[in-house]
Amino acid sequence: MIQTLVFTIITIVAFYWAFSQFKNIRSTIMLGGETNFEGPDSRRWKNVLLVAFGQRKMFKRWIPAIMHLFIYVAFIFTQIELIEIMIDGFTGVHRIFAPLLGKFYTIIISTIEVLSALALIGTIIFIIRRNMLKIPRFQQPEMSAWPKLDANLILIGEILLIGAIFTMNGADMILQERDPIHYPDTGDLLLSAQFAASVFGSVPTDWLMWIERAGWWGHLLIVYAFLNYLPISKHLHIILAFPNTFYAKLISRGQMSDMPAITTEIKSMLGLTSETEAESHEEIPDFGAKDIQDLSWKNLLDAFTCTECGRCTSVCPANLTGKKLSPRKVMMDIRDRATDINKKLKTKSVQFISADLPKETTLLKKDNFSDGKSLFDYISEEEIWACTTCNACVEACPVLIDPLDAILQLRRYKILTESAGPSDWMPMFNSLESGGSVWQVSEDRESWFKND
Amino acid sequence: MDTSNKIIFEKLNTMSEIKTMAQYAAEGKMPEVLFWVGCAGSFDPRAKKVTRAFAKILQTVGTEFAILGNEETCTGDPARRAGNEFLFQMLAIQNIETLKGYSIAKIVTTCPHCFNTLKNEYPQYDGQFEVLHHTEYIQNLLDSGKLKIAKNGPISKQKLTYHDSCYMGRVNGVYEIPRKILLSLQADIKELASCKSRSLCCGAGGGQMFKEDEPGDKRINLERAEEIVATETAITAANCPFCLTMIQDGMKALDKQDEIMVYDLAELIIQQNNW
Repeated sequence: MIQTLVFTIITIVAFYWAFSQFKNIRSTIMLGGETNFEGPDSRRWKNVLLVAFGQRKMFKRWIPAIMHLFIYVAFIFTQIELIEIMIDGFTGVHRIFAPLLGKFYTIIISTIEVLSALALIGTIIFIIRRNMLKIPRFQQPEMSAWPKLDANLILIGEILLIGAIFTMNGADMILQERDPIHYPDTGDLLLSAQFAASVFGSVPTDWLMWIERAGWWGHLLIVYAFLNYLPISKHLHIILAFPNTFYAKLISRGQMSDMPAITTEIKSMLGLTSETEAESHEEIPDFGAKDIQDLSWKNLLDAFTCTECGRCTSVCPANLTGKKLSPRKVMMDIRDRATDINKKLKTKSVQFISADLPKETTLLKKDNFSDGKSLFDYISEEEIWACTTCNACVEACPVLIDPLDAILQLRRYKILTESAGPSDWMPMFNSLESGGSVWQVSEDRESWFKND
Repeated sequence: MDTSNKIIFEKLNTMSEIKTMAQYAAEGKMPEVLFWVGCAGSFDPRAKKVTRAFAKILQTVGTEFAILGNEETCTGDPARRAGNEFLFQMLAIQNIETLKGYSIAKIVTTCPHCFNTLKNEYPQYDGQFEVLHHTEYIQNLLDSGKLKIAKNGPISKQKLTYHDSCYMGRVNGVYEIPRKILLSLQADIKELASCKSRSLCCGAGGGQMFKEDEPGDKRINLERAEEIVATETAITAANCPFCLTMIQDGMKALDKQDEIMVYDLAELIIQQNNW
């Protein structure tokens, strides 16, 4: 009875807390601006199915893909057991599905056991890969401190979870023999049946009951801990990979995002607009992105979906040749800046209201927010100028994140709004403006076929 | 390395007159296709050879084509990717006006950057054209039998490697056509360590062609040149004027410029057919 009560309270608290955290993540992502979507839903669902659910892009690298698949399939399948745990928890029944499903129950739980064992292998290999093998993409500067700890915490959590599952099932196997009234027959669970007798066979029954409960509660509490840990962790990708692949760009990679405000401006300059159009154009806003509010919510969704695997950075030509640019760091910086702004907005403090507004009468919003910082306090110019727009990062991302789009919006801000940028580009811009060619040349454009 | 592997193109002097769109329009005629030459193809000494090679192919197979000549300007790709949207749209909108003025429907270009912008970005500003990269155009000529490639020419049995440009490969998904052309040249293709969708950029895209690399360990083109040297091939085939320059510069930095020749696919066809 007490157990049911404790279970109910913990469950309500865990879900309520998680819900409010996820709501907070959603509001952080929605700090981004509008964005246009083109392309049919059928292709979007196909991306969700193949890329997120089917993990197709993971298989560009076989070893981590298979290890990841073990953990992923085990995670999905264990949800079935979790449903039973929840029902048992609320009703106080033990293994409610066992008598109902009979032989089928044995198959389901045995499958979970096999998958859990495979996931354990995967997890151990991942821990070794991350901490002992010096895989370059895990050794980048951005992978120190929290990101490194975060990755290991998740892996340790997984080991504890798998440990709890086997403790629960192994102890249960012995208890079923000793007390079949309270412990319904599950049949021989494929793996637990192998080790139960040697590990738990000589443990006194009352102790064993406690051990079984420890496994059961351990499983549950680790799941709840995970649920609440997700929003502050790179592990959030297990949820956001789905919306992120759904909202991924469907138009050609070769098509950069449009800036209609500039089109209106140019058309009126060239006398290509009707008068009504020409007159209706408003004050020219800042161009490009200086901070996360100038990026789209899809850019921010990208940033929160990032699981810091670093496949983008490991194929970035700039990064490979020792430049500071790392597409992964760009995504992490956007996420961290968005988190920081959301936190500050929630304080409702007048100190964050833009200096040119009256503090007494203004309500703090994302549009009047100012803390004297911008995304450029996180991402240096040197990083954004190093990009060759080669799309290797876009191609590499297993969850269809587009770091290039954000990088180019930052470039646009520097060039268009601040008139900053590499001085080498000035002659190129000038030649384009005056002569329509990237180089200042005196020859004719037709001179190539006249022999030289 | 055996110097007999060296293939040097110094031909292509004999070429008949090339007409501009303005000339065609004055005659009241319409060419089959517009050849978009691009800035590199017009002015860069290395890329001009590619322009001539492709024009030679078109003339030899009897394709009626025109150029815009001085009415052509940069598509705006380097400006747009450098972040200068204003300049890009200015060039794009003016080019579209020019193209529409001549009612042009079909465009071929030897530059993947021009190709991408014309094909994928001009439709945003009501510029709808059928755009082909010259490798695609050459493949069509081969498929239709208009272009025949000599058997047992100087490229046959040559060990060569192919460098995928970002803007034909990853950006536009064209991986097989250049390889098919190389196979029809009977070349022995040795793939690079990073090829196709994993191809390593030459370092020129996104406006990098026009600026120094940011501080780092080495230049990107050097990294790519080292990968090419590792294939132990004598020829590198490419399909982009900027890749040509970048890879050749990389070879110079490694002092391999006399051992490893970097050519555009059109140049290889000219050499094979001894045109």
